[in-house]
Amino acid sequence: MTAFFSGLLRLRRGPWEMLATILIALGVFMLMQPFFLWAFTWSFLVTLVGTVMFIITSHFPE
Amino acid sequence: MHNPIDIAARATPRPVARRLRGLSDRAIAWIFVAPTIFLLLAINIFPLIWTIRLSFTNYAANRPNREVEWVGLRNYSRILTDADTWANMQSTAHFLIWTITFQVVIGFTLAWLINRKFKGNDLLTTLIVLPMMLSPAVVGNFWTFLYQPQIGLVNYAVEAVAGIPASSFSMLGPGGWARWAIVIVDTWMWTPFVMLICLAGLRSIPDYIYEAAEVDRASKWRQFWTITLPMALPFLMLAVLFRGIENFKMFDMVTLLTGGGPGNETLLTSIDLKREAFEKWRTGYASAYAIILFVTVFGLASIYVKALNKVKER
Repeated sequence: MTAFFSGLLRLRRGPWEMLATILIALGVFMLMQPFFLWAFTWSFLVTLVGTVMFIITSHFPE
Repeated sequence: MHNPIDIAARATPRPVARRLRGLSDRAIAWIFVAPTIFLLLAINIFPLIWTIRLSFTNYAANRPNREVEWVGLRNYSRILTDADTWANMQSTAHFLIWTITFQVVIGFTLAWLINRKFKGNDLLTTLIVLPMMLSPAVVGNFWTFLYQPQIGLVNYAVEAVAGIPASSFSMLGPGGWARWAIVIVDTWMWTPFVMLICLAGLRSIPDYIYEAAEVDRASKWRQFWTITLPMALPFLMLAVLFRGIENFKMFDMVTLLTGGGPGNETLLTSIDLKREAFEKWRTGYASAYAIILFVTVFGLASIYVKALNKVKER
């Protein structure tokens, strides 16, 4: 866990990509889940932030 | 002297040859690649940017002379607060999850069974891949007949097996079966595709690995979990990626089978998008809808490709 946060602070690719992946997965789940309309409403924003983050962070150093 | 390269060099007009001699390899490479890049920009990138622009307007393609208003995020907010669109997303999720699950399980099992040497192997493979070669329009039409409550074979088969009267239910009508009916048809049609990719993966595993496992007295079950599945996994993941993207935009077959009905039970997002764009002519709204679907597929494909690369590195 410490390594994850230190990687985030030092702008390393692994942890940032992990964070972006979690956001995309969460966004897609929110888009398609049948439980809460508010989650559906915010899903696109979460997916978009995750996708843009993924594109940017894939250029970070290892 | 009669070398074909010499002949070709002599046949090249002198001014062209002189001009090309002055270019670097990199410049010549760019000359070859430029038409493709230009086409890519014109056919893919420009429409994408244009769609993003339209998604912030109230543009209607059937009224090109009407003044176009900039509406900001209104289209996005309408889509993302609409309970009907939410329900369509759930229908799409149901279709995606079940078709991919069935296709992977059945496709991999078929590939595993067919990857043995037996008489008639080639003929059987050809017969299994037949549904994949049919047009979705043809498949949609003949499954509509198969699902007919009066004359359809499916209802008679259900009557024979379960004893439920054939004319008492309709697979494509009200009653909750329509969602499963489209899953069955897509699975029937596209399982052979998954099977073919898995078969390629299974055939790429060298025999000596299994021979070494036999020497180590590993059971068939252990060989499957430690050799077959891990080595075929990249192929399996590729099949899931292809089918996932294809099924997310599924349109033709479902339109022919149910047209989105009964009610909105099988109204997948792509069918809804087409209605918004070309029946209700809300082009700006439909553009925003398309961008939401695009970002979702793009995001999912990105993490999936990353996972695929990790599996291949192992």
